[in-house]
Amino acid sequence: MSGSSITVSGIHAAYGAVRALEDVSLEVKSGETVALLGTNGNGKSTLMKCIMGIVRPSAGSIFAEIDGRRHDLVGRSTEAIVDLGIALVPEGRRLFPKLTVEENLLLGAFRRIARAQIANNRAFCFEAFPQLAERRRQLAGSLSGGEQQMLALGRALMLAPRILLIDEPSVGLAPILVRRTIDKIQQLKEQYRLTVLMAEQNFTQAIRIADRGYVIVHGRIAFEGRSTEELNNNDLIRKFYLGL
Amino acid sequence: MRFWIFLLVALALGAGVFFGARYLHNDYLFFAGYVVLEYLVLATAWNILGGYCGYVNFGTAAFFALGAYTSVAIHKFSPMPIPVLILLGGIVSGIVGLGMGYLTLRLRGAFFSIATLALAVVVQTLITNWDYVGGSRGAYVVRPATVPLVGSYIQYLFLVMLVLAILAVFAARMIERSWLGYGFASIRDDELAAEASGVPTLRLKLMATTLSGAFMGMAGAPLPYYVGYLDPASGFNLAYAVNSIAMPLVGGTTTWIGPVIGALLLGTVQQVATVTISSAVNLLIVGVVLVGFVMIAPNGIIGLIEARLRARSDR
Repeated sequence: MSGSSITVSGIHAAYGAVRALEDVSLEVKSGETVALLGTNGNGKSTLMKCIMGIVRPSAGSIFAEIDGRRHDLVGRSTEAIVDLGIALVPEGRRLFPKLTVEENLLLGAFRRIARAQIANNRAFCFEAFPQLAERRRQLAGSLSGGEQQMLALGRALMLAPRILLIDEPSVGLAPILVRRTIDKIQQLKEQYRLTVLMAEQNFTQAIRIADRGYVIVHGRIAFEGRSTEELNNNDLIRKFYLGL
Repeated sequence: MRFWIFLLVALALGAGVFFGARYLHNDYLFFAGYVVLEYLVLATAWNILGGYCGYVNFGTAAFFALGAYTSVAIHKFSPMPIPVLILLGGIVSGIVGLGMGYLTLRLRGAFFSIATLALAVVVQTLITNWDYVGGSRGAYVVRPATVPLVGSYIQYLFLVMLVLAILAVFAARMIERSWLGYGFASIRDDELAAEASGVPTLRLKLMATTLSGAFMGMAGAPLPYYVGYLDPASGFNLAYAVNSIAMPLVGGTTTWIGPVIGALLLGTVQQVATVTISSAVNLLIVGVVLVGFVMIAPNGIIGLIEARLRARSDR
């Protein structure tokens, strides 16, 4: 059992004539938490979708190493990528609002590989998120924002993933809930030895748990911070995020 | 195990209905009951795609008529027993359903519905211009007066449709409670999220369009023998499309029982109205009932009951 990592090199992606990503390269090493920083519309979600096979890049390569085995992700279907053990927590949570909490979790384990472990993984989920166990029969749409984010995380964990992609966990949450969500991600990461790529606008919160990060501006990687200090002291970030 | 219990109960219920109707010695019951059961199959079939997956299909009449015209074509070639025709009609409509799924898989919401409407027009035009099955003149299908074991032919048709209805409901219920059903529900709720969770949305949608189309075709296969004369105007009647949407909506679209309740209710009311007032009033009834349900119970009768139960358990 060696590590699980993602290597994105030189990818381009576009929605019709609108260019979303230009020559983006990025790496998430095994066991790292990497933050992908950038404000709205800079291509964070597109990059996530490219990795998941939802959007197909027009050029470039994406490789994932899962437990020491290397896989080419470009051209693979989303199901096949999920089967490898890569899970996405989509932006805005994207739960199934008219299904119950429990059904949402079950759908996280739709793939046959995940179904075999369903009882275990569900138990883990309810252990990690006790509120969800209490509300298992409630409709996901009736949960509060914070609970919905927990459910979105729980749904992704039902796959027992090696690599977790989290797209903007802080969206629409009160500051205290953002803090809690970020803490939870850190805790889950350690508990399950996950490799995490997290897209986030909330710089100060993301940087708390990230080992390092990339800043993406207008579809290009504008800055690569090899440590949190580098990110903290970067002029671009001071200008864009902190208004200094 | 519980599936088999359900099937046994349904079969017992069906046998009760059949022998009960026989006991009353009134063939009209079979004529009217056949239509209600036919709608039960259509509503259940529509619901597999429209209710479970959330893809509203306006083209029911196309699949239904394809089943019927498959029977006409085969009858002209060499008559075959009705169960065989049902199977063949199901296969033809299922294949067309699969094709429709492939062609429309990029379309969602209203755009998908418009495409299905277009399909109905295309198929009707093709059939109208196909001389072998009668073209616009229509085709006569002479049916035998009696059938061994059962007796009168209409009782036989009723029995066949009853069995088909039980099979359709059984299949719908099985789908609903399986991984397939969960996958369908996830497509209905949020297709992108379903895809991101690894649900093979494309494959599931194709399965839904195929299954739904196949059951619609099966419902149509015995039609030429029921009416004796089939022309495109009656095979592609607007009522099939309207009813197969209205019935699940009235009953409730998320469970198998919804279309059953809706079909039994609306179908029976229409049959009663046909003999007491006029068959012309049927579509009006559907319209009024639908408006009423949209205002009072947008999630159908089942939705209404569930809301009541939930309110009670919260108290």
